[in-house]
Amino acid sequence: MFDFSIITGWIHGLLTSFLPLGVATFIECVAIGGCLLLLYTVIAIAMIFMERKVCAAFQCRLGPVRVGPWGTLQVFGDVFKMLTKEIITIRHADKFLYNLAPYIVILASLLSFACLPFNRGMEVLDFNVGVFFMMAASSIGVVGILLAGWSSNNKFSLIGAMRSGAQMISYELSISLSILTIVVLTDTMQFSEIVARQADGWFLFKGHLPALVAFVIYLIAGNAEVNRGPFDLPEAESELTAGYHTEYSGMHFGLFYVAEFVNLFIISGVAATIFLGGWMPLHIPGWEGFNAVMDWIPGFVWFFGKAFFVVGLLMWIKWTFPRLRIDQILTLEWKYLVPIGLVNLLLMVIVVVFKLHF
Amino acid sequence: MYFTLLVVVIITAIALVALALGIARAISPRSYNSQKGEAYECGIPTRGRSWMQFKVGYYLFAILFLMFDVETVFLFSWAVVVQELGMYGLVSILFFLLVLILGLAYAWRKGALEWK
Repeated sequence: MFDFSIITGWIHGLLTSFLPLGVATFIECVAIGGCLLLLYTVIAIAMIFMERKVCAAFQCRLGPVRVGPWGTLQVFGDVFKMLTKEIITIRHADKFLYNLAPYIVILASLLSFACLPFNRGMEVLDFNVGVFFMMAASSIGVVGILLAGWSSNNKFSLIGAMRSGAQMISYELSISLSILTIVVLTDTMQFSEIVARQADGWFLFKGHLPALVAFVIYLIAGNAEVNRGPFDLPEAESELTAGYHTEYSGMHFGLFYVAEFVNLFIISGVAATIFLGGWMPLHIPGWEGFNAVMDWIPGFVWFFGKAFFVVGLLMWIKWTFPRLRIDQILTLEWKYLVPIGLVNLLLMVIVVVFKLHF
Repeated sequence: MYFTLLVVVIITAIALVALALGIARAISPRSYNSQKGEAYECGIPTRGRSWMQFKVGYYLFAILFLMFDVETVFLFSWAVVVQELGMYGLVSILFFLLVLILGLAYAWRKGALEWK
């Protein structure tokens, strides 16, 4: 299987052969930051393009087709348009918090993005508490959204931010319960280790019913966590203009928009990693020839394939269902998903303790 | 090693925002008029303050969330060792979850989960 650490090891060897260790480490750090930035923006642009095309397909339209081949350059055009728009701060806003909010939102998004294992040896932050760190980092985003809504001094923003806060903290619970189910099965929290344990079958298949229930709960809660789909209350355009980023213009707004789309990718990437095997190819025990052919496909192709499959699933849900009310959202979470999640966790513990899994 | 990478990622995030906003500030036009500084509401001047007291229901859910989130922190550390603990781990967590579920049931019974 393709191991990316060969390339990073080769670069490290090359740099240390003619540079002192400190300088070489510095250059590597800059390179990691640059690659991360590039990947982040490329994925954001790909996601926005995909969203437009999928949305158009569901509404029997064509979507962007004029700019570039099949409209692929449309999003780049939008980015440049956004860069040339004036950044306005309204008079009564709390200037400091208003400018701080995009930093916090992007920071939370990039920190959790860096945790994703893209390939063997191709993860930036691979802590032994990886899953826990990822959830902690992604929950900082709520602070940014609440700050954005509060500091704008606008009632639309405030209502959007409060709704978003209530919704995101509530659904974080279900996300952590469904991730816990898998942590119980693997007894590790390190992403690379979780992927390595799925060499002989993905956890969706290995974990019996509890893993399947956890996967469904994770998809519902993940969709709510990124404020999309039937849960797009915080920025319900027909009620609140744009929710918490009503007062943000130009690139300020663009950063919130990018963070929202990359967060959707992160949710899908984590779902792909812990339920669908991450970069691990599809292996069927006993079928040696089949496994060899699957191993020949590089890991990042598998990872991005699975992640974009889940993204497509979530977009399908988004463009199919009507928006929920705030009381329906909270009822769904607290009266259905949390109790089901707790029972599901206990079921998984019973499966693990009595060694019923494969 | 891990700490260095963490700092690199944090600096990258700050650089991304600063870069995007810096480029936008450098090439975007700038003009001033007093209408622009108004909040975007329904076309008439804002009535009253926007920083006001807010519905208590949101805070109620925040408190409930706090209870369950702290529980998750404990559960994560337990989940890593549950395979070694075996039966003992299952029974001890049953008591822990029982107390929590009682808490949820109490909140449910008291009507804290109703949106009024």
